[in-house]
Amino acid sequence: MTEWLQAQLPFLPPSVAAVLVILFKIVLIVAPLMGCVAYLTLAERKVIGYMQVRLGPNRVSLFGLNFTRGLGQPIADALKLMTKEIIIPSGANKFLFLAAPVIALAPALAAWAVVPFGAEMTLANINAGLLYILALTSLGVYGIIIAGWASNSKYAFLGAMRSAAQIVSYEIAMGFALVCVLVAAGSLNLGEIVEAQRGNVLTWFWLPLLPMWLIYFISGVAETNRAPFDVSEGESEIVAGFHVEYAGMAFAVFFLAEYANMILIAGLTSVLFFGGWLSPLPASWSEMNVIGPLLGDGIHWFVFKISFFLFCFLWFRATFPRYRYDQIMRLGWKVFLPITIVWIVVTAAAVVFELPPWFDRG
Amino acid sequence: MNAIVSYLKSLTLVELANGMRLTGKRMFSRKITVQYPEEKTPQSARFRGLHALRRYSNGEERCIACKLCEAVCPALAITIESAPRDDGTRRTTRYDIDLTKCIFCGFCEESCPVDSIVETRHFEYHGEQRGDLLMTKQKLLAHGDRMEAQIAADRAAEARYR
Repeated sequence: MTEWLQAQLPFLPPSVAAVLVILFKIVLIVAPLMGCVAYLTLAERKVIGYMQVRLGPNRVSLFGLNFTRGLGQPIADALKLMTKEIIIPSGANKFLFLAAPVIALAPALAAWAVVPFGAEMTLANINAGLLYILALTSLGVYGIIIAGWASNSKYAFLGAMRSAAQIVSYEIAMGFALVCVLVAAGSLNLGEIVEAQRGNVLTWFWLPLLPMWLIYFISGVAETNRAPFDVSEGESEIVAGFHVEYAGMAFAVFFLAEYANMILIAGLTSVLFFGGWLSPLPASWSEMNVIGPLLGDGIHWFVFKISFFLFCFLWFRATFPRYRYDQIMRLGWKVFLPITIVWIVVTAAAVVFELPPWFDRG
Repeated sequence: MNAIVSYLKSLTLVELANGMRLTGKRMFSRKITVQYPEEKTPQSARFRGLHALRRYSNGEERCIACKLCEAVCPALAITIESAPRDDGTRRTTRYDIDLTKCIFCGFCEESCPVDSIVETRHFEYHGEQRGDLLMTKQKLLAHGDRMEAQIAADRAAEARYR
């Protein structure tokens, strides 16, 4: 696609055309992502409402059409937040205070550069994709720490401290879980990791690496500071944690970052453990006449898997009460860390001895 | 043995799955939301909403300025001043209820010996500027005149429990 797009711009120098094409692709990724974030907030309110036997938002409709009840809510929320004043506390460090939301959001968006949406659909098909992901997801915590510190408020600072300790602890378990994937797939390239899972539903890595999948997903929930690991926000304990002093669009950017991170974790879970864009149906079905392309591999399966994991995020939030802080630390260091270390050895042994049915194929 | 069982339970996330099964089931159950402006919950005859001062059927105001309501009001929301009227009866010259202080406990209504101050079912009111929620005697009597039928019906329905 890159070459074809560049060929459409013959009047520009090749380097400029290349940059334009890359920018276009970035917009192609980020714009739908932002839309998904907006509507994820609505989905969250709706799903949690339904699980609590309520209706959730159902007043704001689109163009006055009755069947779109509630679908205008994210737009109304966005307009409200944009027109609100950004209040900067007098004791705050202005530069860091305003930079923090950006630092929180940027890694969540930048990480999408290496995520493969389809066989050839990735912005940067680099060989250190997994490392890049690990690096960027750990960067997000700086936004939170800086926000907590720059606010010059004790609640914000407490939230930031909690968040920092929590993210650092779960990063380790998460990293080790990813090492298992890396060992099993034999590659750091996310596209190749997906290809290594090709076969059927049972050859996707969730089954051979079942404990790692659970640990990765739970750590992912902890990494994004979502319930039940939302002690850094903890609205019933420390008001709103690190973003207590933020208002208007500065607050909204934190919100965007949190939801973009959720989508990212859901996307990574499906890429690393659920075969990304691979179809769960037998390959022969994709040769059917009309619906063949729908049943075969494609981005729609990826979107479907992301939606499922996002639903799980909301499901967790509707179900579980918040962890106590020391319980979070115990879970991270005394449960996840030993399990992951043991499972790395198990996976490595399985790969070395080419254990059937998963690791005897290549 | 118990320790091992609980250890296995927590390791296999059984209890978490049970919790998620419950919320998952509730997701498809009938929603109990009452969509307020269109639908309303049933109201008791004892509902304590906006205050009103009542009159007798001959038009005479009931209040005799005994100030029991002022004394009993836990939020000190009621202010009463009284003076003898031309016919020699004691009447209020001022009867203010600050609705921004009022906690709608209903003590004023309970304490009233002549059923003069009452709390009505009306709760959908608002003030648009400062002072709109400071009820004066005129406003309270007007409320009473406006809602007398409802007020009388509610008192009659509740009479045998009093």
